[in-house]
Amino acid sequence: MFRRRNEITSTELQYRALSDQALIRAFVLPTIILLLFVNIFPLFWSLILSFSNFTAKFPLVWGKNPRFMGIEQYIRLLSDPEIWERFITTAKYVVLSVSGEMLLGFGIALLLQIKFRGREFITTLLVLPMTMSPVIVGLMWKLFYNPNWGMFNYLLGLGKIDWATDVKYNLFASVIADVWMWTPFVLLLALAGLGAIPQYLYEAAEVDRASWWHKFTKITLPMVWPLLLVALIFRTMEAFKVFDITMGISGRGATAPHLLSLQLYDTAFVTWKTGVGSALGYIVLIMIIAITNIFIKYLNRAKQ
Amino acid sequence: MAAIRKKVSAVRILVVILVCIITFVYLVPLLFVIDTSFKPWTVIKEWPPRIFFKPSLAPYIRIFTARAVYPPGSPKLTQEQLDDLTWYERIVYFESNEEILRTGDFPSRYRNSLIITIASTALTILLATFAAYAFSRFKIKGKNDLLFFILSTRMLPAVVVLIPVFLMFRKLGLSDSHLGLTILYTAFNLSFAVWVLKGFIDEIPVEYEEAAMVDGYTRFQTFWKIIVPQAMTGIAATAVFCFIFSWNEFGFAFIMTRSNAQTVPPWLPYQLGVLGYDWGAAAAGAVLFIIPALVFTIILRKNLVRGITFGAIRK
Repeated sequence: MFRRRNEITSTELQYRALSDQALIRAFVLPTIILLLFVNIFPLFWSLILSFSNFTAKFPLVWGKNPRFMGIEQYIRLLSDPEIWERFITTAKYVVLSVSGEMLLGFGIALLLQIKFRGREFITTLLVLPMTMSPVIVGLMWKLFYNPNWGMFNYLLGLGKIDWATDVKYNLFASVIADVWMWTPFVLLLALAGLGAIPQYLYEAAEVDRASWWHKFTKITLPMVWPLLLVALIFRTMEAFKVFDITMGISGRGATAPHLLSLQLYDTAFVTWKTGVGSALGYIVLIMIIAITNIFIKYLNRAKQ
Repeated sequence: MAAIRKKVSAVRILVVILVCIITFVYLVPLLFVIDTSFKPWTVIKEWPPRIFFKPSLAPYIRIFTARAVYPPGSPKLTQEQLDDLTWYERIVYFESNEEILRTGDFPSRYRNSLIITIASTALTILLATFAAYAFSRFKIKGKNDLLFFILSTRMLPAVVVLIPVFLMFRKLGLSDSHLGLTILYTAFNLSFAVWVLKGFIDEIPVEYEEAAMVDGYTRFQTFWKIIVPQAMTGIAATAVFCFIFSWNEFGFAFIMTRSNAQTVPPWLPYQLGVLGYDWGAAAAGAVLFIIPALVFTIILRKNLVRGITFGAIRK
């Protein structure tokens, strides 16, 4: 799969074997070592911690802090109704924001299929939100939502709804900001997909006098589908972990929507239940892997 | 779509107008924040919100400074005292009746953001160019596994990795240090950079190198004098991406830094003025902070798709 035409063949490699082997090691090792040190080693460490009651608040004393208790921690977490309530809130967030992004992104991409002067410029403008800092986007929306002088309620003719901190609305406040920020991501992928559809397919359909709808469902959609799925996978994974946008809008604690990621942060770094936090982190990780795997199966089927 | 393109031009014009309207509506939140960042103290809290007013630089002055309010009933400054004030002191005095004490925290946070972002981008590019070249040009045992391993580190939820990193850094004295955050961001961006750069280097024909080596260049010289200049566009694009990622990062910085090495994202939303939350200053800070990312996005626009898909889609 990764073999490339311009790979150097084995005879060439033998010819310069010694120096090349040293070179490869010198080139690749720093990267691998850094990743091992900052990513892989911590990953195993937190797996071990997740079976213990370790708290980072107190110094390490073997047998007491951490004390290992097998899978008890996981059982306790998974039977905690609060975790499930938060899981459902997170799922709501993911479904609402990702479906909003997919619909808007693909819709705008379809409109942008018309060629006109300044199309590039418009696309660039639309993409801007995506490259801002999520927490600053959250802050910007917090200003925009402000019930006393913000523009959001005023423009939509709504009353003084406190989007950012009212528990009835704060989830939607984050969803709207998330959609605003990440629709450009779907838009870019959809544009790439639409741009890659060979024109002769449409020309052939034209000869057959196919209707617009027919062309859309039989050519456009199947051809773009794999890329839309890629966008769906990326966005679902990211939305599941969302933390910064909400932190910008509602902060954490009583005013924040009940998302798993916020609970994770509170457990690990506010109440300092490091072991519990690690276990929760692993539960979230497994959930993300499970969900993305389902999507990837669909993606592979769509590609065939 | 071809079908639409052949419809009458009236539809075309309507769609173009629609696209323009959508784009404008889409940018309203951003425009509102820019608008707010120029609002004078009294205009900011008006209802209904005003769009047009005499713009003021005061919010920008406030984000750069720490101030104290003149207590109510204190005598007005005399003309001589006023003459002694600088132009920005005068603006703040007349607008919100405050005295500027010293430079605020924003410049140091901004500087931290710059230092850490630039250092980690440079380090990432250095390491990633080497690794990407090796992965692109050589047969390496277990190469696909290694490449997948490198990519998978990016997919982890940050907090799972962060708990041990936090403990590790505390032990090593790297918490709240520029070096610590630089290392974290470098590791965080490396996987991305290796994948994207490998894509760029794959596109350079191997014949160039062979020709150079026939001419007596060593392998490293070929890499340095042939590949790096050829891949410069790709390297630059990747660097810009790494810059944007690190510049915008919140979670790591929020947990790993408190003051000394704190960057703008974990600071700006939570800073409080003496008169309660200073919305104007927050807007001004947000505008100043997003400018580099916006400029880079515009520079990058041709390579954006490639970047966001880890080089999978080349367009």
